[in-house]
Amino acid sequence: MSYLEHNVKRVPTGLVKILYLNWPLFLLICAVAAVGFGMLFSVAGGSLQPWAEPQMKRFALGAVLMFATAMVPIWFWRNMAGVIYGIALALLVAVEVAGSMGMGAQRWIDLGFIRLQPSELMKIALVMMLAAYYDWLDIGKVSRPFWVLLPLILIAVPTFLVLKQPDLGTAILLIAGGGIVMFLAGVSWWYFIVVLGAGVGAVSAVLSSRGTDWQLLKDYQYRRIDTFLDPASDPLGAGYHITQSKIALGSGGWTGRGFMQGTQSRLNFLPEKQTDFIFTTLAEEFGFVGGVSLLALYVGIVAFCVFSAITNRDRFGSLLTLGVGATFFLFFSVNMAMVMGLAPVVGVPLPLVSYGGSAMLVLMIAFGLAQSAHVHRPRGR
Amino acid sequence: MKRDQKDTEASLALIGRRSLVLGGAQLGVAGLLGWRMRQMQVEQAEEFRFLAEENRINMRLIAPARGLVFDRNGVPLAENAQNYRIVIVREDAGDVEDALDRLRRIIFIDDTELERALKEIGRRSPFVPVTVTENRSWEDIAAVSVNAPALPGITPDVGLTRNYPLDQDFAHVIGYVGPVSDYDLSRLDDDDPLLQIPKFQIGKTGVEQKYERDLRGKAGARRIEVNAAGRVMRELGRDDGIPGADLQLTVESRLQNFTEARLALGLSAAAVVMDVRNGDLLAVGNAPSFDPNKFVRGISVSDYGELTNNIYRPLANKAVQGAYPPGSTFKMLVALAALDAGLLSSAETVYCRGYVTLGNRRFRCWKRGGHGNVNLEKSLQQSCDVYYYELAQRVGIDRIAAMARKFGIGQQFDLPMSAVTAGVMPDKGWIAERYGKEWRVGDSLNAAIGQGYVLASPLQLAVMAARLASGTSIQPRLVRSVDGVETPVVGAEPLDLNENHLRLVRNGMDAVVNSNRGTAYRSRVDLDGRTMAGKTGTSQVRSVVVSNQDVPWEERDHALFVAFAPYAAPRYAVSVIVEHGGGGSTAAAPVARDILLFALNGSLPPLDSYPSDQRGEIEDLFASLDLRRDFRPSRSGRSRA
Repeated sequence: MSYLEHNVKRVPTGLVKILYLNWPLFLLICAVAAVGFGMLFSVAGGSLQPWAEPQMKRFALGAVLMFATAMVPIWFWRNMAGVIYGIALALLVAVEVAGSMGMGAQRWIDLGFIRLQPSELMKIALVMMLAAYYDWLDIGKVSRPFWVLLPLILIAVPTFLVLKQPDLGTAILLIAGGGIVMFLAGVSWWYFIVVLGAGVGAVSAVLSSRGTDWQLLKDYQYRRIDTFLDPASDPLGAGYHITQSKIALGSGGWTGRGFMQGTQSRLNFLPEKQTDFIFTTLAEEFGFVGGVSLLALYVGIVAFCVFSAITNRDRFGSLLTLGVGATFFLFFSVNMAMVMGLAPVVGVPLPLVSYGGSAMLVLMIAFGLAQSAHVHRPRGR
Repeated sequence: MKRDQKDTEASLALIGRRSLVLGGAQLGVAGLLGWRMRQMQVEQAEEFRFLAEENRINMRLIAPARGLVFDRNGVPLAENAQNYRIVIVREDAGDVEDALDRLRRIIFIDDTELERALKEIGRRSPFVPVTVTENRSWEDIAAVSVNAPALPGITPDVGLTRNYPLDQDFAHVIGYVGPVSDYDLSRLDDDDPLLQIPKFQIGKTGVEQKYERDLRGKAGARRIEVNAAGRVMRELGRDDGIPGADLQLTVESRLQNFTEARLALGLSAAAVVMDVRNGDLLAVGNAPSFDPNKFVRGISVSDYGELTNNIYRPLANKAVQGAYPPGSTFKMLVALAALDAGLLSSAETVYCRGYVTLGNRRFRCWKRGGHGNVNLEKSLQQSCDVYYYELAQRVGIDRIAAMARKFGIGQQFDLPMSAVTAGVMPDKGWIAERYGKEWRVGDSLNAAIGQGYVLASPLQLAVMAARLASGTSIQPRLVRSVDGVETPVVGAEPLDLNENHLRLVRNGMDAVVNSNRGTAYRSRVDLDGRTMAGKTGTSQVRSVVVSNQDVPWEERDHALFVAFAPYAAPRYAVSVIVEHGGGGSTAAAPVARDILLFALNGSLPPLDSYPSDQRGEIEDLFASLDLRRDFRPSRSGRSRA
């Protein structure tokens, strides 16, 4: 549903918009971020340095960006979707070219105050682009092969660039995030069934080809799969992280060892304890109760996105909000599955909790877009 | 695009349905995650608890002993000393402040050190030992040990730290180590886990920096058992790693010590002594110098400020970093270029009336009245500028530059010291690239007397003297062996030059020192078999000629001297620069003579090496030098590890 068909006059203007923000959503975000500060404080051995304080500053900056993004009318963001997608793509190409020109492989561009990872930016740019595409596309054409092919290309190009970095985690998030927006927009079930079927077929082909003449992957890639399926087979190599992570998590028990009393995650058995594996610290120190509480907060954030989208009569806003929620969901579910040994270690941070600048800022801007869709949603008929 | 109402409603309904499907799936995944959490944390909690208790084999890195550095005779130049520290364990001490107060009644600890320690204690877990103070004397350690019962939680401890037993003598050559900084980590492409150890010492300058990889060694590891709280229970196994490789340098400690002491009489000076047969650098002296041990222990701000604000630049390794106009020491190369091009014969004379005129510019000889008829020998002996103005016009800069490069001018030697300079040997191509200008004949005239754009380091001048003396393209060498593996001698092949031409130039250098009209006649050696040949140089820092006495230090001329000895069978080459020292013959030549004689003699030269009228004065001078006598130092509280 395009905006022109609605009575725009009933949309709040000026600073009054602040009152119409999705405040519960913002409070949930703050709550999750606060959990993050606590955990970063704890893994640093009870110190604001080196992680908690910079993270707080970034969250403050992120919140400002979120409000700024939310104040801008959603139709502006829809019109800019193509431009933003183009910029993100250009930046991805730029880091790729810089890497191949011998300036060292890097995934980021240094802006002085922050190292921007174009792949982070692309996660949200892709969702925006697809939402704008389906907002524009005639509903009757959604499932026609040509009109399905176009968004597939929009997804495939950045995915290919990200895979070359190589960043498997982000590539998976791009494909899944893009696929979810296509699904929400109403692309026929059959496409998804065929793709999933082909995926299952490909995986079984890859696995059954092992050791034969037509082996599809390199040996070391198979060993990684082994490690995922049975971390104990390589406890001091790649399986080490997963094993240690599971031990830390499992030893938390019902209520955990207490704040700053975690031993496993603090004893340097775990690498990247402040980034990808931070959930283990939480689970060890606050146990099952703490872990499930954080999960509930996350689910709450996604739920508020879904409710906001369902009540939104603007197609772009609705799809965008759902896309942001789905991307967020993918972030935390892949990360949690990873540290619990349900998914291979692919390097996805725990959103709003893991230490890291780019991911935090991009997520906050994404929530800003969802807020903008919420504030500027059409009211009445 | 306009859509009709029905379409819109259908679309919204579709999104609504699909989002419910998606939301359902998401709830399912979240449920799965929660179920998995419950499974691990509730049902299997006992099992994981047990694993966590078991999970206590930890690895701790052990820093290997850093490689030692010796001089050519095996005198240690850089060694590892025991670093006596006092550490405190918070939980054993109980009241930390009280314990530290009691400690301070026994040994002195300054306030900043204490403050830093208190901060560190607050940050670490209670069972982790924190260093309160380090680099203590054995007496302090003994005092703490004796009072141990009164100092719960405080124990003496020992580690290794770098020590330079010859203090300032090799500060510029060996450099120093310091704790690895964030800047080092970002600059070095090095994933050695040792660099992650707090305060791990790495080479910051000089040989310590350039041979960092060899000297550092390989990390060892200690497999330790820790209990669930992380406390070390016992050591299970130990691999001490591989200690760093030892280096042997070509330098000679006594000569270096004498060189630095002798140079120090000239405020700001540098000298290089090189063996003309194999390129060994026996001394690379700089004055003033500094004590590298201060940097290892962490130099105080005021000490550092004193070093950086000193106008004589004690931190600079002028011998290899300094680029100076070589002045008249450059003239041998111009003469060789002319001889080699066939544009000059030894008998030929040039008339010097004190200046030449080029266009409307007048280029002066240093001797206002002129030298009269000058041949090659006299031109060097009396350092006639006009003679070289004439040669420059005949030969042209490109051929001069080509000859100078054969002798190392403008060449950056690959020596493991910081910021070894290439100097400048200009030619037509260089000036076009550097300044986008045409080369003018006047520039050639300036270059011919080692002024203008020409810049050379004392190292390059020593190499030049060595090559003139030996007739080979010998390369300087600072490292004799790494881990017992000999470094090859490079460039001992003859230069592609006519030996007669070289002989003519050497003959001129002999006349400079040993004929009574030579510019360095006062600095001759009066002992057969040790006679010296050389060339003075006085390079102008400013363009107007006034007496050196009337201007401030930093505007006076640089004094230079290059030489080799013995004249008959050259063994050592030397170059000396005394920054703003005035004339080369008065300020630099006597220094070079003393250093060369010391090198030939292996110790303070006998007084009969000197002309009889100078012996009293030399005796006084030697007596005034504060020379080191003991070259196998073993001070209290320090020993080799």
